[in-house]
Order: sequence, then C-alpha cells, then structure tokens
Amino acid sequence: MNDHAERLYHIFIESFLPLLKAGVAFTIPLTLISFVVGLIIAFLTALIRISPLTPLRGIARFYIWIFRGTPLIVQLFIIFYGLPSIGLTLPPFTAAVIGFSLSVGAYGSEIIRAAILSISQGQWEAAYSIGMTKAQALRRIIIPQALKVSVPPLSNSFISLIKDTSLAASITVTEMFQKAQEITARYYEPMLLYCEVALIYLIFSTVLSHFQNRLEHYFNSKSTNKGSLL
Amino acid sequence: MIEARDIQKSFGDHHVLKGLDLTVETGQVTVIIGPSGSGKTTLLRCMNLLEIPTNGMLRIGDTSLTFQENVSLKQKDMLALRRKSGMVFQAYNLFPHMTVLQNIMEGPVIVQKQDKEQAKKMALQLLEKVGLSDKAHAYPDQLSGGQQQRVGIARAMAVNPEVLLFDEPTSALDPELVGEVLKVMKELAVEGMTMAVVTHEMTFAEEVADQVVLLDQGQILEQGEPSELFNHPKHDRTHAFLSRLNNPI
Repeated sequence: MNDHAERLYHIFIESFLPLLKAGVAFTIPLTLISFVVGLIIAFLTALIRISPLTPLRGIARFYIWIFRGTPLIVQLFIIFYGLPSIGLTLPPFTAAVIGFSLSVGAYGSEIIRAAILSISQGQWEAAYSIGMTKAQALRRIIIPQALKVSVPPLSNSFISLIKDTSLAASITVTEMFQKAQEITARYYEPMLLYCEVALIYLIFSTVLSHFQNRLEHYFNSKSTNKGSLL
Repeated sequence: MIEARDIQKSFGDHHVLKGLDLTVETGQVTVIIGPSGSGKTTLLRCMNLLEIPTNGMLRIGDTSLTFQENVSLKQKDMLALRRKSGMVFQAYNLFPHMTVLQNIMEGPVIVQKQDKEQAKKMALQLLEKVGLSDKAHAYPDQLSGGQQQRVGIARAMAVNPEVLLFDEPTSALDPELVGEVLKVMKELAVEGMTMAVVTHEMTFAEEVADQVVLLDQGQILEQGEPSELFNHPKHDRTHAFLSRLNNPI
C-alpha cells in the first residue's frame, strides 16, 4: 500500500468516531426534537385548517405560506443572526430546533390535512349516525385512519429532516457536517471526509427508514385494510 | 314513531324535497320507493339530520325540531334528535380500523358511556342475532358485503335507537348476498322495530311493509298498504314506475 492510501486510511479511521459522535450528540437529537415538536405544530395547524374558526384559519394559512415559500437556510439565518438585532439572542441549537420545527410543522400540516380529507365522507356520516359529536368522530374514527395514511409521507419528511439538519452548520451548531468541515480544514482531504460524512448520513437514513417500514407494518397489522388508502 | 311535517330541502336553487308529510307509526315498517332523483335518500338522510331540512318539523319519539331557512340549530338539539335513530348505509361505512366487535361497541361505549363489559355482552348478542358470532374479531375487509351490512345493522341497533333508517341497504350487494340482509331486516320488523327503508326490493316491500310511500320529484305521489299500492295504483306515474321495475328491458 503506498503512503497516500495509508494516510487516507488513517484519516478515515481517526475521523470516523468524532463524526459519529457529532452525529449522535447533535444531528440525531436535533432531528428527533425538531420532528416531534414539528409534528405537534403540524397536527394543531391541520386541525385549525379544517376547523370553522375563520381568523385562526387565516393565521395558519399565512404561517404555511411563509415557511413553505422561503428557503430553510434563510429562515435559520433570520432566527439566529436576525433576531438578535431586535433583542432576541438564541443559542445556536435552540435556534436550529425552532427553525426546523416550524419548517416540519408547515409541510407536515399539509400532509396531515390531506390525510384527514382523504377519509371518506361515509366515515364521518357513520360516526354521526351512532350519535358522535364532531370531536368524537375526529378522535375515534377519522384521525386514527388519517394517521395511517400519513405515515409514508411523514416518514419522507423525517428522512429529509435528517439531511436538512446539516444546514445547522451554517448557524454554528457543531453537528456532523460542521465537524466534517473542521476535520477537512485540518487534513485537507475534502473528497474523503465529505464522502465519509455522506456515508454516515446514509447509515442514519437507512436505519430510520427501517423503522418507517416497521411502523407501516404495525399500522397495517392493526387493520387489514391494505393498500386501499395508501 | 317518526312524524315529519312539511319537510323541504333545497341545495341552492335545486329543490329536492318540496314539502313532505310522513308518519311512521311505532312498530311499523315504511318502505320508501321512487325513481332515481326523486329525493327518497335525501328524505331518509333528513330524518337522521345528515342533511338538515331547509324547512319543516321532525319528531322522533318525544324529541322534535323545527327547521327554518337561515336559522341555525343548536348542536345539542341536533344530537338529541339524531340519537333517536340508527342508520344503515348503502356502502356499509363500517370503521375499517376496528374489529366487528369494536365497531358495534363504539356507540354504546364512546357515545353512551356504557360499561365496557356490559356493552360487549350486548354487542355479542347482537352479533348472534345477525348470525355473525364467529366474526367478532374479524376486520370489516375480511367480510363479504352481506356480512358487512349485517354488522352495519348490528352497529345501528347497538345504540338502542327508537327507529332504524335503511338507505338502500342491499343496492351495493351481489344478488346472492341480498337475501341474508333482507332476512335480518325482516326479523327486526317481526320483533316490532320501527323502520323506514329506502329500497328497490319490491318483494321485501310487499311482504314486510305496513306502508309504502312512492316519491316522485320531491313529493309523495302515492302512499298506502303495499297490496293496495302495488295492485291498484291510483296514479299513472305509479303504474309506469312499477312496470319499469318489473320489466326493466
């Protein structure tokens, strides 16, 4: 083995653990926290969008319009670099969680709203016919079926989010991609290190898609109503 | 009993029901027939407030509501009236994410807050009645159409309604499955259940109905005992409708 290959090999081995550490310490928590908070926002926003509360509906639509219509990196810059000028300085990690959550919330709410609307009118009518209120019908009949429909598209959002967290590097969060840039600056082997970090992202996404399949399987086993809604 | 007075229903400029009076006595079966677009399904849906009549009065048992154009009703009053009736749908509309047993228990447990064990006992009795005791833990899509509809009847019965409404309960079924559903309906009629049935099953109407109502263009064209209406129709249009049913080609 020539010297160059040996050097690359050493850099690879040496940097793998620090990269993985940054992934486990920042990328994964950032993804999980943002996704959970984002889903709560998405769910509430979807419910508001289908509610008869007109003023709130307007606010929800405005929020979705803003966050779907502007680049995520610009949103992060406004939250982290912009807000301090109006007196609100946030730690990088917090700023990133806020930015990602709001983004997941905006996209997720449209997924959940579409899933709720995809449940047939007959299900609402059957719920009403046994005397349910609208809230009971939503909670017992419509939402359980809508959640099943929204698992695949929400999983997609989740996997996108894992990769999008690399944008947090631009607001100084020392997540995995930021770490890769640091190490690259030290050794100047961009090809190796960026491929290496790509590999780790790939591992994360693959493991998480596996969980997605398990989740879909779980929902399908709860009802044998396969395919027709998916 | 059901008492409907001057029921009108419009969708925009389209007047589907033009002032109908109908009484279904306690323990009796009324079959509603009529050509496509005559408003028979809308009338039935008005009785369960799945459609809100534009005008008129509806009473089921001791609960009544008066409808007026542009006057919205209290949710509470609508629920109270709706809970007097049970509905069986053409497309069954079972809850696909629940087992047969859960489908039937849902109303008693969630709406009426009955004790779970007691509700389960009653649900199993209803399943026995519709001949599906062995399917308690099956999901709806594991059942045939006829079986699903029988579960639909059990689910409607479970909330102990004063009247049962059937909206073309056998129209979506393969011909060989129609009989099992009609048989259950007939048994309910014999037991004294008050029923309003929209159907094209003329044999059922002749054998089971106490009263047949023929709707045409949003109005009652003719009503009476089945033998009278079928054998001696007063109106030409009744005659024409019945002969089209008997000789479709």
